[in-house]
Amino acid sequence: MSVAPPTVIANGRLALPEGAPRPGAVRCAGGCIVALGDVTREAGDIVIDAKGAVIAPGLVDFGVFAIDKPAFHFGGITRAALMPDQNPVLDGPSSVRFAAQSGKPDFWVHPLAAATRGLDGAELAEIALMRDAGARAVATGRGWIADSGVMLRLLRYAAMLDMVVVSHAEDGGLTRNAVATAGEMATRLGLPSAPAEAEALAVARDIALAEMAGARLHIRQVTTGAGLALVRAAKARGVAVTAGITPAHFMLSDLAIGDFRTFTRLSPPLRAEADRKAVLEALADGTIDVIASGHDPRGPEDKRLPFADAEPGMAGAETLLPLTLGLIRDEVIDWPRAVALLAGNPARLLGVEAGMLAVGAQADLAIIDPDRPWIVDSDRMAASAGNTPFDRQPVQGRATALFKGGAAIRAKEDLRP
Amino acid sequence: MTSPASPYPEGSAAFPHRSLLGIAGLAPHEILFLLDEAEQWVELNRQPQKRADRLAGLSIINAFFENSTRTLLSFELAGKRLGADVVNMAVAQSSVKKGETLIDTALTLNAMHADAIVIRHASSGAVRLIADKVDCPVLNAGDGQHEHPTQALLDALTIRHAFDVKRGQGFSGLRVTICGDILHSRVARSNILCLTSLGAEVRVCAPPALMPEAIEQMGVTPHHDFDAALNGADVVMMLRLQQERMQGQFIPSPREYRRLYGLTPERLAKAGAGAIVMHPGPMNRGVEIDSNVADLSGRSLITRQVEMGVAIRMACLDVLTRGARGVPGWENAR
Repeated sequence: MSVAPPTVIANGRLALPEGAPRPGAVRCAGGCIVALGDVTREAGDIVIDAKGAVIAPGLVDFGVFAIDKPAFHFGGITRAALMPDQNPVLDGPSSVRFAAQSGKPDFWVHPLAAATRGLDGAELAEIALMRDAGARAVATGRGWIADSGVMLRLLRYAAMLDMVVVSHAEDGGLTRNAVATAGEMATRLGLPSAPAEAEALAVARDIALAEMAGARLHIRQVTTGAGLALVRAAKARGVAVTAGITPAHFMLSDLAIGDFRTFTRLSPPLRAEADRKAVLEALADGTIDVIASGHDPRGPEDKRLPFADAEPGMAGAETLLPLTLGLIRDEVIDWPRAVALLAGNPARLLGVEAGMLAVGAQADLAIIDPDRPWIVDSDRMAASAGNTPFDRQPVQGRATALFKGGAAIRAKEDLRP
Repeated sequence: MTSPASPYPEGSAAFPHRSLLGIAGLAPHEILFLLDEAEQWVELNRQPQKRADRLAGLSIINAFFENSTRTLLSFELAGKRLGADVVNMAVAQSSVKKGETLIDTALTLNAMHADAIVIRHASSGAVRLIADKVDCPVLNAGDGQHEHPTQALLDALTIRHAFDVKRGQGFSGLRVTICGDILHSRVARSNILCLTSLGAEVRVCAPPALMPEAIEQMGVTPHHDFDAALNGADVVMMLRLQQERMQGQFIPSPREYRRLYGLTPERLAKAGAGAIVMHPGPMNRGVEIDSNVADLSGRSLITRQVEMGVAIRMACLDVLTRGARGVPGWENAR
């Protein structure tokens, strides 16, 4: 990979860790940020005019199911943590090493090592070897580990290796074949459902075990008020637990499944309106640390099916940024917090030097026009499939340019009007 | 055809739906319209000569992706008595792969220019999915645990006859108790929607494991105690309990289920005087219903339900194909 020539992005507004974006410039050289704010241009610098747009760190998308570069680049994402639920499963060093190389140079993939062989929840996978092959954290995958003994051993082992354990918190005994949250909507539609409390049960157990093991636990999606209350309380007593969410769970409630539209079939399923409000509260008060896309593009073979037969998941990379910026407009969060949720915190979980504007950090940068309006259109996505529950929704905010390691990437924004 | 004194909107405005996917979405007067339309077929079906040629030349496909004997037969008879060419496509669920196959099947059926397609499928929402892909009316003959609209309509017609409710009238003041596996029952859901829409007071009764969450949001009163649920009921509607659900998964055993929820003569006595007994069939005699209740002449209307089923399905097929047949006032209903 050739090193990008020294570049100055001028006339922007810098999304710094504190305060509203303020006028300034960034100078990158050798793949890193070398100056911020009032920068001095040097002879031979390439100069890019940000035209007053926001200069932010490239987004770090924690927990995606596919490497779908056009979608990530469209969404201003420069790095993603890849879930181990791949074919083959990321449960050994060779598959991890392959995945870690799969996006370079213009997109960095940070594989999450499968916690157990084949993600079957029974036998520990070779986590240390996978770490050496490039795995940045350990994940239980789409499912939870039902056996508490296995989970405890996993957490202890990961703690020894100083790796975060990423868990999916839904009690499998309750969820089994459920595709919706128990409630009026699931009842009217006649869909197999599980009580929302399945999440709190799993969150409570995983926190208790993590506390015992002294491990760092990241619950990839906490979607209910009860689950979030447990995370909030655990954080207050100093447990090393963090929580994530995807925009679907702060934008939509289970009313959205009303017409059996499989693009709203998600895991965990969409919740009641009260839980959606609890998620917004947790975003505001800091209980939630990460907003991720959960990007999982699915074609008609997985989605054009009866609701309960369809696979869960949404193509979320393109809508991650605008829907999060919507939280700023709605005054749920401010700019520094949005950047922390989308970039800083996930980078910290992965232990990578990225995700914030700082001298010496990797020059992964997104130029964002936060007000630019556009309409989500499932037929015209950059993603490899258009399974978005936000089809036809007007949104605001777009990454107009993207830099990885100081090198400009052509975002495929011209694919759409 | 509607009479000049019809209380319903003119022409296709009386039933402005291309398909019958569920009771949800139907206005009370649209339900009553279908019931009224069925009356003529009740009459016809009691004649030795049962043939009308209203649908002559039309092709109806019964696509059943889930096993069925009675509903399939009922739809087949209904189509044939109206003079349509009826073909049955029985697709055992096991042989239908997931994936594109369901949509592919729908497109195949569509390419054959059916004039109506009747569909049963094991997944909730599947019938609607197919309906979105075909150009002709689709009748839902049961989709998963979602809806079974013609069953609810035939039950309403049975109740109307039993209580001598006049045409155009709802069921205000009528107390209906539905007992059994409410959670997994599309019959229960469609009946709840239909009966509450027509003004009846509906109680549902099941053990907690078979009672859906938030069912009271559908305008019914949930009960776990069968005796309390029966108190003063005019209609007792029993649901079938699947064999595999009473072997410990949801219910400890059939005999324990019978103890708590079986409709015995003693239990029936707790309902209102002259209460009628209904069951969508097939029955588990000696489990949810005792034989001497099921066969109770004058009170048990279980065979009457089957009779009404053919008439209701004739009415639905007739009404939904009026646009295609160019019936005056229905030309736009396509």
